[in-house]
Amino acid sequence: MRASADIATAPSVIHIFITVLKRDLTLAYRRRQDLVNPMIFFIIVVSLFPLGVSPEKSFLQEAGAGVVWVAALLATLLSLDSLFKSDFEDGSLEQIVLTPQPLFIMVLAKISAHWLVTGVPLIILSPILGVMMHLEFETIKVLMLTLLLGTPVLSLVGAIGAALTVGLRVGGVLISLLILPLYIPVLIFGTGTVQAAANMLPIGGYIALMGAIFALSLTMSPLAAAAALRISLSN
Amino acid sequence: MWTFFHKLGSPKWFYDISGKWLPWFAVISALLLVLGSIWGLAFAPADYQQGNSFRIIYIHVPSAILAQSCFMMMAIAGATGLIWKMKLADMFVKAAAPVGASFTFMALLTGAVWGKPTWGTWWVWDARLTSMLILLFLYFGIMALQSAIEDAATAAKASAVLALVGMVNIPIIKYSVEWWNTLHQPATFTLTEKPAMPAEMWIPLLVMVIGFYCFFTTVILLRTRNEILVRERRTNWVKKLVTKRGAL
Repeated sequence: MRASADIATAPSVIHIFITVLKRDLTLAYRRRQDLVNPMIFFIIVVSLFPLGVSPEKSFLQEAGAGVVWVAALLATLLSLDSLFKSDFEDGSLEQIVLTPQPLFIMVLAKISAHWLVTGVPLIILSPILGVMMHLEFETIKVLMLTLLLGTPVLSLVGAIGAALTVGLRVGGVLISLLILPLYIPVLIFGTGTVQAAANMLPIGGYIALMGAIFALSLTMSPLAAAAALRISLSN
Repeated sequence: MWTFFHKLGSPKWFYDISGKWLPWFAVISALLLVLGSIWGLAFAPADYQQGNSFRIIYIHVPSAILAQSCFMMMAIAGATGLIWKMKLADMFVKAAAPVGASFTFMALLTGAVWGKPTWGTWWVWDARLTSMLILLFLYFGIMALQSAIEDAATAAKASAVLALVGMVNIPIIKYSVEWWNTLHQPATFTLTEKPAMPAEMWIPLLVMVIGFYCFFTTVILLRTRNEILVRERRTNWVKKLVTKRGAL
């Protein structure tokens, strides 16, 4: 009797997802400076290239998409360290792992929150940077589309690295070492799409491949990150 | 079959049996490597286009094959370790990572040396080359993770997860030469078709590939046995083994 009543009142999977998402978004809102830092970093990295390499319009048009993509990748990487860290330090991560609901759902919620607070601002900022890099209007639209498909992959795959290194002192550098090789395919297809669009070539195939990468990482990486979290918390 | 698998769960059993295998693998790999290199470097006919510079294939192709299959073996061992909690699989992953990394590095290095006379450049950002470079970074990541986590069991599980995730790169390397039209030539060997080169050229290459596999097995057995001794140092059988050796 008691057990069945427990099951009936236990929160559903969707409810759990929304609860974790809300909690993470609230926490993020309360530490607004942490949200702004990756964005400022993003803008600074992009503006280093015209200063460091060449402010020529032809060079910027050629390299602009790649520069924006690399900067987005680094900005995401910078914010990944904090994905599980504060929850790990105050012990709430252990409570999340101990709940009877499937862990990967809560991990997916945390990743979604991470994407909403880091990935989405990068997408919104990208047209401004595109204009600064003298990209054509059509190219900027494609750049935003690739970032829309690509930044969730960055958050999803990055979560695996963050989960593997959550209890370690050397976390930050190690995440880059583990995750950057896995980011390379997204980077190649992301910039490849924009290059193709700039050269008036069809981009359907590229977009389909990026969608496939997104679908694969959406289904697999929450599971891998959940397994990695359990491993990190086991000692 | 299953008895063998269950026996693998005992490091002591593996230590004993691998001690018996080790001399065989060492001798066979030495023979095959010497035979293959002399045959390939001195007696195989020169290529009609590339002349003698093609002979580096006898090092390049075997190390590239080993680099990829080592990563696959690590992923399979990692999965075995995660599913059946087999200590030996954990030790294999740890033992194999630096070996695989050196084979990858060797494949890249010989590729660069070969690329200079034939393509006219040390390096191109070709799909095959880039994905091999990613493979090298993945090996480095696994090695860094292994050394960053102090607890051996946790380190093994974490690197097993990373090896499984990194497996997505293996099909990309394998099919990169077919999916993208790039500078690197397609595979020299396939299991189903006859090689495109004459028999005098590919038989020494096959000898070298088998020799590399035997060499790999020898090195892995040595490293795994070392790892067994370190991890099982508190057990009675290791203490007995060490004191017996010391007394002799």
